[in-house]
Amino acid sequence: MKADEPTKVIQVLDDRAAQVWTKGSGEAFVCDRKSTAGSVTQRACAFCGSRVVLYPIADALHIVHGPIGCAVYNWDIRGSLSSGSQLHRNSFSTDLAEKEVIFGGEKKLEASLLELIEYYKPKAAFVYSTCIVGLIGDDVQAICRKVSKKTNIDCIPVDSPGFKGTKKTGYQAACEAAYKLVGTGDTSGISKYSINLMGEFNIGGEAWMIREYYERIGIEVVATITGDGRVDDLRRCHGAALNLVQCSGSMTHLAQLLEEEHGIPLKRVSFFGFEDTAQALYTAAEHFGDPELMCKAEELVRDEIAKYTPKIKAYRKELKGKKAALYVGGAFKAFSLVLALRALGMKTVLAGTQTGNAEDYKQLQDICDPGTVIVDDSNPLELAKFVLEKEVDLFIGGVKERPIAFKLGVAFCDHNHERKIPLAGFEGMLHFADEVAKSVLSPIWKFAPRHELRALKINTQIADTESP
Amino acid sequence: MNPDNTTAQGTPAEGELPASATRNACKLCSPLGAAMVFKGVRSCLPFLHGSQGCATYIRRYMISHFREPVDIASSSFSEEDAIFGGARNFEQGVENVISQYQPELIGVATTCLSETIGDNMLGMIKSYQDKHNSSGPPLVHVSTPAYTGTHSDGYYGAIDQLVRTFAKPMTAKIAGHVNILPAMMSCADLRHLRELCELYQLSPTILPDYSATLEGSSWGEYHRISPGGTSLEEIEEMGSATATIEIGHTRAYLKNTPADYLEKTSSVKRHALGWPLGIRHTDQFVTSLSQISGNRLPESLKDERGRLVDAYADAHKYVSGKTAAIFGEPDLVIAQAAFLSEIGIRPIICATGAKVKKWKQLLSSEIEGGVADVEALSGTDHAKISARIRELKPDLILGSSKGYPIARELSIPLLRIGFPIHDRFGGQRILQVGYRGTLAAFDRVVNALLENKQDTSETGYSYL
Repeated sequence: MKADEPTKVIQVLDDRAAQVWTKGSGEAFVCDRKSTAGSVTQRACAFCGSRVVLYPIADALHIVHGPIGCAVYNWDIRGSLSSGSQLHRNSFSTDLAEKEVIFGGEKKLEASLLELIEYYKPKAAFVYSTCIVGLIGDDVQAICRKVSKKTNIDCIPVDSPGFKGTKKTGYQAACEAAYKLVGTGDTSGISKYSINLMGEFNIGGEAWMIREYYERIGIEVVATITGDGRVDDLRRCHGAALNLVQCSGSMTHLAQLLEEEHGIPLKRVSFFGFEDTAQALYTAAEHFGDPELMCKAEELVRDEIAKYTPKIKAYRKELKGKKAALYVGGAFKAFSLVLALRALGMKTVLAGTQTGNAEDYKQLQDICDPGTVIVDDSNPLELAKFVLEKEVDLFIGGVKERPIAFKLGVAFCDHNHERKIPLAGFEGMLHFADEVAKSVLSPIWKFAPRHELRALKINTQIADTESP
Repeated sequence: MNPDNTTAQGTPAEGELPASATRNACKLCSPLGAAMVFKGVRSCLPFLHGSQGCATYIRRYMISHFREPVDIASSSFSEEDAIFGGARNFEQGVENVISQYQPELIGVATTCLSETIGDNMLGMIKSYQDKHNSSGPPLVHVSTPAYTGTHSDGYYGAIDQLVRTFAKPMTAKIAGHVNILPAMMSCADLRHLRELCELYQLSPTILPDYSATLEGSSWGEYHRISPGGTSLEEIEEMGSATATIEIGHTRAYLKNTPADYLEKTSSVKRHALGWPLGIRHTDQFVTSLSQISGNRLPESLKDERGRLVDAYADAHKYVSGKTAAIFGEPDLVIAQAAFLSEIGIRPIICATGAKVKKWKQLLSSEIEGGVADVEALSGTDHAKISARIRELKPDLILGSSKGYPIARELSIPLLRIGFPIHDRFGGQRILQVGYRGTLAAFDRVVNALLENKQDTSETGYSYL
C-alpha cells in the first residue's frame, strides 16, 4: 500500500510497544524513556522545556544564545498573561552566524546582554544555551558573571542545549536557574498562612483567578511561579509556608529545592475541574489547620459550584456519552481532565502524555475505565490509529494534535499553553465545557467523510431491516 | 505600547537601539524551508538530522499556518550522539520512518547541531543504503545549518538537491512539458500556476507542489502521508521538458540554480522570471508560456487582464501616492514592491531578515520610479523594522502575522501575506499570482486603505 493512500491498519513501532497500554490487558507499561528516533514524537527538546517554564517571568530579559531557529519559533506564542511588564513577549537571540560558530560567540553574547539590559532595564536576565553553544565551548557562565558585575543585574545561565534530553531535562535546568534568585529577597511581613503557586503559568489569566480564591479564604499568595512571574517574587518566595505544585513535571524540582533548603513542604494540586480545584483549596486550608480557613474554603467552593452547576448540567445533557481522547504534556493534567470529562458525562477512551512518570501513570491507570488506552510519548500515527479504532468524538490536545482530529472529522479542544482561554478553576470549568460543546456539537461534522460513511452504514442497516 | 520598545517597568525604552542581538527575528531557520519543499514531493517524509526540538518546533509552526498534519521525523540526538556523531540514531530513525510511513522518498535536512559536529550525511546515507542493498526508498539530503542562511535558503536549497539528485540527463524532449520552480508561495498560487500552464496546453512539473499536501480535503481514513505532491518519477523526467520557469527575482542573477543545471545537463531552456504578481510580471510570465507552448494568449486570460486594468482604473485614486512597508522573504518583498509601485504606492520600507547582497540594487530594478525614497533593509529584524515604521509612518504594512504588534501600536492596516499567518485563517490560500491573483491582491490593498479611512473618519459614510 502506498504511503499517501488511506490506511486502515496502523502498526505501533516495536520499539514503542511497551509504551502503549490498554487497561485490563494485564501487560506491563513503560514510560520515562528517551524518544525513539524517527518516531515523530510530539515532544520537543530540553531547550524548549526550560524556555517555556521561565517564559512568563515578565520583568526578566530572556535571551537565547545560539543560531536563530531556537528563538524564533517561540516568539510571543504562549497565552501566559502579565499584569505589568511585557518584556517577556520579545524574542531575543544572539542569532549566531557561521563566523561565531567557528570563532566563538562570547563577544556577541556579552555585547548583546549589555545593550539589552541598558535599553530594557530588566530585573534579571536568563541566558539560554542551545545545542551549538554546548559544542563551540562558549563559557556562558563567565560571560554572565562578567555582565552581572558590570550591570548589577543578575545574569543567569540556563543550561539547556536541546540534545541534553526531553522537555523534562529542560524543566530541571529552568528550576536550577530560577533557584539562583530564590532566597535573595526580604521575606518580612509574609503571613503565616502563605503559599507559592508553582507550575501555574497564568494562561488566559488562570493564576489571577486562583490567587483570588486563596485570598478570599485568607491565604496569602507570595509568588505564582512562573505565571505573571516577577523576579522580586522569586527572590522572596522562600518566605512562603507551603508550596502548592500544579504542573508537577516542570516544578517539582524547584519545590524540592525549597523543601530541602528552606524547609517548605510541598503538596501536589490541580485546578482543572470542580473536584480538583476544591481539593486544592482544602489541601491548603487543611495544611494550616485553622478551622476558619476550612470554613471559608467550603463556603467558597459551595458558592462557586452553585454559580456554575446549572450551566454545567445543561452542557452535560448534551455531551453525555460522548467519547474523548486526550494527549497532553504532563500526567497530572491528564488525570484532572479524565475527571472533568466525567463531570460532563463523557468517557475517556484514550489518554496519553509526553512526559509523565511511572507514579503519574499509575494514578491515571487507576482512574480510567477498563478498555481505555494509555500512551506515553505518542506520535501522530498512533494517535490517529486510536482515534479511529475508538471512534472518538473529541480530542483534547495542543496545536500538533489538532489537525489529526480535524482531518478525521473529530471535535477538538486546545488545552495547551498556546491557548488564550482560561480553563482552570471553577469558572475555567465552564469555559472548558463551553469549548468542548462548541466543537462537539457543531453542525458541521455531518459533512465530514467519516460521518457521512457512518450515516451511510446506518441507513443501509435500516433499509436492510425494513426490507421484507 | 509595543514590547519591543518598552522597558520592564513599562516606560518607553530610551537611548541607543541595541544592535548586537537580534530582536524579534524577521526570518525562520533554513530546515523549515527544506521541510516545506519535501512536503511538496509525493509520499515524501521530511527528516531532520539533529535534536528533537528542531523538528517539533517546525512542525508546530507549519501546522499553525497550514492547519494540516505536518509530520517531520527527527534523529532525536542525545548528549552521547552530539559527542560521538548521530550515525546510529540516523539509521534507527530512517528504519522507523520506513516501517511507520512507508514513504517513497525521505528528505533529510541537517541542523545546526549535526553540521557543527561534522556528521557526514552523504556517507551516512550511502552506508545505510549499502547495508540494505539499496532496497527501500531513496534518500536525499540538503545542508541547512541555520547559522548560514534563512528558511528561504533552505527552500531553494532543497529544490536544488532534489533536481540534482534525481533529474536524469535527457536529450529527448516531450512537447508541452514544462518545469516550474516556484518561490515560496501559497497553495492557491501553486494551483493557479498549474492552471495557467494548462491554459497554454502545457503540462507542468511543479517542484515543489504542496498545494494538496498542505491544503487537502477532509479524510475518511487516515493517510500516513498527505496525498498530493510532485512524484519522484516526475522529478526524474524534468530533463524531458522543453523549458524551466524559475520564479524569484533573487534567483535570476544566480548561476548554478536547478534550472541552470537542467539547461546544462539536458538543454532545458531556463526562463528566469520574477514572481508573476502585477501586470508587468504576469505579462512576462505568460509571454514565456506563449514562447514555450507556441500558443497565443488565451481569450480567458485576455479577459482577466482586461478586467485587471479596468479595476486599476476604477480604484487608482485611492491608492495613488500612498506609502507601504513590506517585510518577508527577499523574493516576496521584491514582488510586492514591484506590484505596489506599479499601482502608484511607494514601497518606502522594503525589509528582509535574510542578508541579501546588493539588496537595494535588486529592488531598484523592479521598483517603478526609482528607489530614492526606499529604505532597503536586509539582514534586519522586527524591532528595527518597527523603529523605521514609527519614524516613516507608512499607510500600509504588508507581511506576516509578525507585523501585528507594530500595526496595532500605530493603527496602520496590516495586510497579511507570506508566512507565517497564524492569527487569521486562509494564509495558505491567499492568491497572488497571475492576473487573477493580482486583481485579488489589488482589491485587498484598496479595501484595507478604504477600511482604515472609513474607520478613522468622523462621519463614517457607508457610501464611498
